[in-house]
Amino acid sequence: MAFDPNNLMKDRITDIGPPKYDKHFPPVIKENFGKWKYHEILEPGVLMHVSESGAEIYSVRVGSARLISVDYIREVCSIADKYCGGHLRWTTRNNIEFLVSDKSKLQPLLADLRGRGNWFPIGGTGNCITNIVHTQGWAHCHTPAIDASGVVKAVMDELFGYFGSHKLPSQVRIALACCLNMCGAVHCSDIAILGVHRKPPFVEHDRVQNVCEIPLVIAACPTAAIKPKKVGEMKSIEINNDRCMFCGNCYTMCPALPLADGEGDGIAIWVGGKVSNVKSTPMFSKLAVPFIPNEPPRWPTTVKTIKNIVEAYAASARRYERIGEWVNRIGWERFFEKTGLEFGHEHIDDYRLAMTTWRTTTQFKF
Amino acid sequence: MALKHKTPMLDELDKGPWPSFVSDVKRMAAKGNRMCEDWLGLMEMSYKDKEGHWKHGGIVGVLGYGGGVIGRYCDRPDLFPNVAHFHTVRVNQPASKYYDTKVLRKLCDLWEARGSGLTNMHGSTGDIVLLGTTTDHLEPLFYELTHELEMDLGGSGSNMRTPESCLGMSRCEWSCINTQDIIYDITQEFQDALHRPMFPYKFKFKSSGCPMDCVSAIARSDCSIIGTWRDDIRIDQAAVKAYVGGELVPHAGAGGERTGFDIKAEVIDHCPTGCMEYDGKSLKIYDEDCVRCMHCIRIMPRALRPGLDRGATILVGAKAPILDGAQLSSVVIPFIKMESPYTEFKGFVEKMWDWWMEEGKNRERLGETIQRLSLREFLKVCELEPDPRMVNTPRFNPYIFYDPATVPGGWEHDGAAFRQRHQA
Repeated sequence: MAFDPNNLMKDRITDIGPPKYDKHFPPVIKENFGKWKYHEILEPGVLMHVSESGAEIYSVRVGSARLISVDYIREVCSIADKYCGGHLRWTTRNNIEFLVSDKSKLQPLLADLRGRGNWFPIGGTGNCITNIVHTQGWAHCHTPAIDASGVVKAVMDELFGYFGSHKLPSQVRIALACCLNMCGAVHCSDIAILGVHRKPPFVEHDRVQNVCEIPLVIAACPTAAIKPKKVGEMKSIEINNDRCMFCGNCYTMCPALPLADGEGDGIAIWVGGKVSNVKSTPMFSKLAVPFIPNEPPRWPTTVKTIKNIVEAYAASARRYERIGEWVNRIGWERFFEKTGLEFGHEHIDDYRLAMTTWRTTTQFKF
Repeated sequence: MALKHKTPMLDELDKGPWPSFVSDVKRMAAKGNRMCEDWLGLMEMSYKDKEGHWKHGGIVGVLGYGGGVIGRYCDRPDLFPNVAHFHTVRVNQPASKYYDTKVLRKLCDLWEARGSGLTNMHGSTGDIVLLGTTTDHLEPLFYELTHELEMDLGGSGSNMRTPESCLGMSRCEWSCINTQDIIYDITQEFQDALHRPMFPYKFKFKSSGCPMDCVSAIARSDCSIIGTWRDDIRIDQAAVKAYVGGELVPHAGAGGERTGFDIKAEVIDHCPTGCMEYDGKSLKIYDEDCVRCMHCIRIMPRALRPGLDRGATILVGAKAPILDGAQLSSVVIPFIKMESPYTEFKGFVEKMWDWWMEEGKNRERLGETIQRLSLREFLKVCELEPDPRMVNTPRFNPYIFYDPATVPGGWEHDGAAFRQRHQA
């Protein structure tokens, strides 16, 4: 059987779905499925799981870029072949876990990883700042306001000491989305880095009727800022710029409405979200900094701002407090004081349900 | 070897202790990968312009599928011809991303021959993302994926997106449901919905084994399946004492180097419902007040374990902000047993989808349809009974949409009789 470009239906296989989940399990995982009793983090990045049967598995977690090449994956494979019987997995936050069944191979694996330059940092467990989940950015997306991989690299370089340690009051989850569409949902992160636009789209009247479905474009605007307009003989649209909130949804529907702009676009920082139900219930991230200019290649202001938030949190939060829990205890007025961040009109909500965020009590701190 | 394009800005990202995607791609370019070369040049131009250089996708794909491939074209093919066409292929990952190196090496060989050799491991939804190929490679790539790797494409567009789970019972002691099997089963059962877009917009399933929710199901899935239990937390009193006595490391070592353990300050006082007591000898949990937040379990994992009457809480409607603002999922089934073949759950899914496909507007996520037409309507069509566990609080506005069937005489008034009693 070989592919026949002239007969696509020949031997065609479709709708088989992914490999079954246990197909690539290491034997110890297969044998102890559902029987795990407890785990312990032996050192940052090294987990031990113990089964009811007494079996053990050691997982060594390393940070990785999300954008990786086949050569990098091959290097990962050669490490896994040497120490893990060829078994590994990825986590939901783009970390790699080398799964060690033979305890005698654990220390040699750690030594090997440490000897490979900056490719395989060990950490990402416990009260750390683990890998940043992120989107495509300029690498491969058509709607980004910022790059993704480069910002993440610059931020993780600066926060590196928190990746391989457990010195924070609790875990800090950072996520980046390069536009409001948030294909990587960042809206419930301890710290969210979000690409934002600040200029309404410009209308390319000579293209609109050829590349866009005008009724869909009009319906796509959440604030009803778009209406049809005839420009000479051309069917086009008009945008009420005062009602634009820069969501970019119209551009998604119509490529003749570009809104990306090197000076208009930049980064907003959000804090205090969480997903887990531990102690407090899940929370959205809230606006900390509305706009920081795009500063490639290393985004120094963004990096500094995030480090400042992390350090204020580390200095003032109690053990087990996530950033959102810390802020809820001290109050937002104290958060802005402790971080030195400016509070402005952008922080006061004026979209739907805005009033649910306004202070309706005399309780606050001076 | 000198690369085709100078990249002084990207070169700054070779530096620093965190792994560098730039160094990685340069390594590929240096061995003659022309797509990687031009990709670096295009990225450098984006860094200079502070604007991206990719255009809206066109319709590309494999025969018979409406998703899984996203067309991508650069807007300067004159300067970077080798990435003029640079389509993305999403490959459905094995649930929770366990691999053996044999299959990964095959994937690498296949992708180097058929595309740029660049990937995302993994995309936000969980897929293996293969970044950058041309239309002529799509059919052979798909043929080789299905025949040699026994893998299939993932979702894109207005379809069921690739479902995702935490690692569940494979390596976690807290998982109350077999998340991997649930996700595998859903993915197989609804293959048609995954490959052939027929919904108003995207639809995501995610399953976490416990309320810690390691795949963020509650924040980013239209249908969140989160493991939980209904009976009592299991207590090993001897192990509780061992924690108090400093023989066991609290928080499974997640808190770093530390001395001493104060069970009152670190566990009892953190309980959100105050349902625990420790009298110096034994730990008492009033389970009827427990909301299963799992703080005590994670701090003393060898002493406390989830109960054994296990199932899932089903929540619906989470999404990122576009369009009507971000939403978390809301509880619609407080507890359901999740055992293969998941018949009851699938019955719920069919009812939910039928309604959403009928009522949902173009590009309206389930959560937004529910917001527009009400949770009450959703419960009605899904044949679910209202339960206080579905709300944080009952409503505090008085505007109830009554059903005339529940009011004596319906909505009819006897106007004449009314005016006999009341002069106008």
